[in-house]
Amino acid sequence: MHELALLQELCALAAAAAREQGARQIHRMELRVGELGGVNPDALRQAFAVLAATAPWQTTELQLDVVPTRCFCPHCAQAFSPLDVIHACPQCGAISRQVLQGRELELVALEVS
Amino acid sequence: MCGQCGCDAHQAAPLPHRRLELHQPLLSRNDRQAAHNRDHFRRHGLRTVNLLSAPGSGKTALLEQLARHWPRPPIGVIVGDLATDNDAQRLQLAGARAVQILTGDLCHLDAALVDQAFGQLDCIGMDLLVIENVGNLVCPAAFDLGEQRRIAMLSVTEGEDKPLKYPALFKSADAVVINKRDLAEAVGFDRRTAIANLSAIAPQATLFELSARTGEGLNALIRWLDGKAA
Repeated sequence: MHELALLQELCALAAAAAREQGARQIHRMELRVGELGGVNPDALRQAFAVLAATAPWQTTELQLDVVPTRCFCPHCAQAFSPLDVIHACPQCGAISRQVLQGRELELVALEVS
Repeated sequence: MCGQCGCDAHQAAPLPHRRLELHQPLLSRNDRQAAHNRDHFRRHGLRTVNLLSAPGSGKTALLEQLARHWPRPPIGVIVGDLATDNDAQRLQLAGARAVQILTGDLCHLDAALVDQAFGQLDCIGMDLLVIENVGNLVCPAAFDLGEQRRIAMLSVTEGEDKPLKYPALFKSADAVVINKRDLAEAVGFDRRTAIANLSAIAPQATLFELSARTGEGLNALIRWLDGKAA
């Protein structure tokens, strides 16, 4: 539901960075979205499709990389990928409180000219 | 327009593409404002809480009780709703200093809205500020408002599996409140399953079971809020 608001933030960030670097056009925006970032990638793509019908975004491509969740188990002293929303270590079953990655919501790079 | 002769017929030669590395958080504007708010609240000596739940879980009822029973009244409340200032009026009747934010179509509060509302609040003699977020278990989770602590609330009428359905919100909470425990029996609430789900999804959170209507269980939450902020 808040994907449109996030998209506005994204476009404002991208436009400001492009302007600062003297670029005229943004060809691609690369975004990293963690599984735990609270963002639905499909909703974000749909919101962008609406925006991309208007200038100056018609020729801009949105590249969206989903970052899978990784947790740390202090008992086994190793990282693991949880099987579902419960972050249980597959080795010992303990519930992890430490998320190593998966909360990202980041504009990584732009391709401009 | 053509870059060489100024005519409209020739296209200007395309500029070479280049890559700009940014690595900027999408919410960096909100995060900066939230850091500012946090600093602002600290300088006013305020404990601050962001209270989140679905619509109808009893956020306003809980805050009415807090307003009446907080050891050093009055408490301050910033309350977000899509429309109407009913909640602020209820809270003022209970003795709180309350400011309503009308969000219109916005499904969550952000740090800038909270900053604006905070400017309208008289915080002299006040040491607890609660931000009652828009009733929604999805969007508000992503927005830091500058609070010290975050409380997620569910009520027994909503079902035991709510934390499994909305993990992001519960994983971000410092405490979870189960409200309406006076209705648990009537609605067949399976307390053991609910607590097992909560400790699996949100092992970091302190759990409180209470009834905002009767006030039962409220004291434990007040003691937690009154303790040293994390």
